[in-house]
Amino acid sequence: MKIGLFIPCYIDQLYPEVGLATVKILKRFGINFEYPIEQTCCGQPAFNTGYWKEAKILAEKFIQIFSNFDYIVSPSGSCVSMIKIFYPKIILTEDLQDISKKSLELTEFLVKVMNIDSTGAEFDHTVTYHDSCHALRELGIKTEPRILLRNVKKLKLIEMENPEDCCGFGGTFSVKFPEISSDMAKYKVNYILNSGAEFVTSTDQSCLMQIDSYARKNNLNIKTIHIAQILSNF
Amino acid sequence: MNYIPSKFRNNAVKALLNVNLRKNLTRAISHTLSKRVEVVSELPDWENLRQKAHEIKKHTIENLAYYLDLFEERATKNGVKIFRAKDSIEAKNYVLQIARKINARLCVKSKSMVTEEIGLREFLEENGIETVETDLGEFIVQLAGEMPSHITAPAMHKSRDEIGKLFSEKLGVKFTNEPEKLTNIAREFLRHKFLNADLGISGANFLIAETGSIVIVENEGNAGLSTTIPKVHIAITGIEKVIPRLSDLTVFFKILGRSATAQRFTSYVSIINSPKKNKPDSPEEIYVILLDNGRTNLLKSERLKQALYCIKCGACMLTCPVYQRVGGHTYGSIYPGPIGSVLTPAQLGLRDALLLPFASSLCGKCFEICPVKIEIHHLLLQLRAQAVDLGFASWLEKLIFKLWFIVMRNYKLYTSASKFLRYLLKLGIKPKVKSWSKERIFPELAPKSFKEIWRNQKT
Ligand code: SF4
Repeated sequence: MKIGLFIPCYIDQLYPEVGLATVKILKRFGINFEYPIEQTCCGQPAFNTGYWKEAKILAEKFIQIFSNFDYIVSPSGSCVSMIKIFYPKIILTEDLQDISKKSLELTEFLVKVMNIDSTGAEFDHTVTYHDSCHALRELGIKTEPRILLRNVKKLKLIEMENPEDCCGFGGTFSVKFPEISSDMAKYKVNYILNSGAEFVTSTDQSCLMQIDSYARKNNLNIKTIHIAQILSNF
Repeated sequence: MNYIPSKFRNNAVKALLNVNLRKNLTRAISHTLSKRVEVVSELPDWENLRQKAHEIKKHTIENLAYYLDLFEERATKNGVKIFRAKDSIEAKNYVLQIARKINARLCVKSKSMVTEEIGLREFLEENGIETVETDLGEFIVQLAGEMPSHITAPAMHKSRDEIGKLFSEKLGVKFTNEPEKLTNIAREFLRHKFLNADLGISGANFLIAETGSIVIVENEGNAGLSTTIPKVHIAITGIEKVIPRLSDLTVFFKILGRSATAQRFTSYVSIINSPKKNKPDSPEEIYVILLDNGRTNLLKSERLKQALYCIKCGACMLTCPVYQRVGGHTYGSIYPGPIGSVLTPAQLGLRDALLLPFASSLCGKCFEICPVKIEIHHLLLQLRAQAVDLGFASWLEKLIFKLWFIVMRNYKLYTSASKFLRYLLKLGIKPKVKSWSKERIFPELAPKSFKEIWRNQKT
């Protein structure tokens, strides 16, 4: 079994530590993976804003780069839903069932394909989990990250109120409608604060970016950490 | 406030700061949504019902011409007159023609979004026919001179106090904020109107093709009165409201009340088949206006036609985090919220409603709650693509995506760009996104990209 590791462009550029954490986990379980260096972006920002022609070309390139793998694994529910759910909307000439089936978000891959329910990590903190909309509603990922988190040694998982509420990021939405987007972040941040957890985590760094950038601007004491970083803390 | 879709962002900024509005919205919405969870969880086969409803709607929309013809044929046989209106002007003129024919002076209206869509009340009033909304919520917004802010709860944006004040100002009654008393005041006022009305106008929730029936569900009994007391009843409805069989209602009745008002069942159902001469509880003439008004534009698109499955329950609005914050008026369209952002471009043209498909974080809650499983958030994406295709994007955005695309297409360029940006950063030149930064700190590039670290590790 050969895995193609996909590190989304914004993780590559802004949060390389999330990519490194993912690598660490894959290595620990002796998973045979490769990181194709020619990868860039899955095309989601263009798709999301309406530039489907551009997104389509990037999608075709992506499929070509990852065609020889048994699975495509990525530490992002959002980018995986681009591949799984949205590629078939822009590439109409090919059957994309294969690529759809083999693309998986990291926690889903660990739990469902590798049958791993614990990565052996330790994290002596209270943590609350934010359901990213794409992971939850496009991919149906809800239990997998929670199973893995619960099995992290010393970690206490606290559910916040409304974990399924959107953080307000929405890509292009956060730029076109910054006031609404920020107000959504404000509510999310309050749910997190009220949970009393020291950290908020998620399958998606883009949500965490939105939460973190709102919290920092407003001097709120919220620490964000990607789930791969917790799961790789061994 | 300027109620047009192109003012969405300005309106939203104002609405976000309107403490009173937000309080009213939160109270009304959280109450309905929590009750909804309760009444939905009673039905273990909820997901099956959604699927069933979706399939019935899908089948009907795929064969819409057939079912509309069938409805027309059966309804005509029942003695109902059918008129197909291409747009709002045709529909309004037809109503006026009937009103003139019977010398109508006073018209009572029950709740209908389609009449809002075509601006019927204002049109009749301009033509000297007093037209009174008899649904309590609609009555309130009519008194206030406003538009409905939600499709099933038109006055949701108002508190009891505000309604009490409005009544005392406009109807000259003593101030009260007790719901029961307020209802009685409206009832008192409307009773008189009902008894003297010569024309009754309603919408329709469903049209049954096999029987030619008009089905109306409601909670106040006013639709029943509007459609039985006046001598003439006109039902105006969108062409998408037709369903094949009477028995299909068993599915829709279970999902509609629960989705719209968190009720197991609405208080009243009228199934109207035919006019009867000289009977006290039936009009002598019944007309049905089947309105297109942009709906066939949706029908032309393989993907967007899903929007015609909509049964106008309003649940997608209640659950939408954007709607929850800014309310219905902000959209500047008759149909607000997620589905409104699909329907409005079909009616007004995408250029005039350009902002609406973008005014969503695409969280997917609308799809999750929709009782007929319309993938609303995916339809919004489709409309965004249409907007770009038609060249509606700003030059700056086009330029940014052009550059972005050139870079993303070629990983070598991507790598060079990544180095270049870091070089700029060292010189103290940072990208600024003004719109991001008011309430959020713009994220910064990491000192080294993952690619760079990976390469270094390998060598
Ligand atoms: S789109 Fe669905 S949820 Fe929204 S009003 Fe229509 S039927 Fe109801």
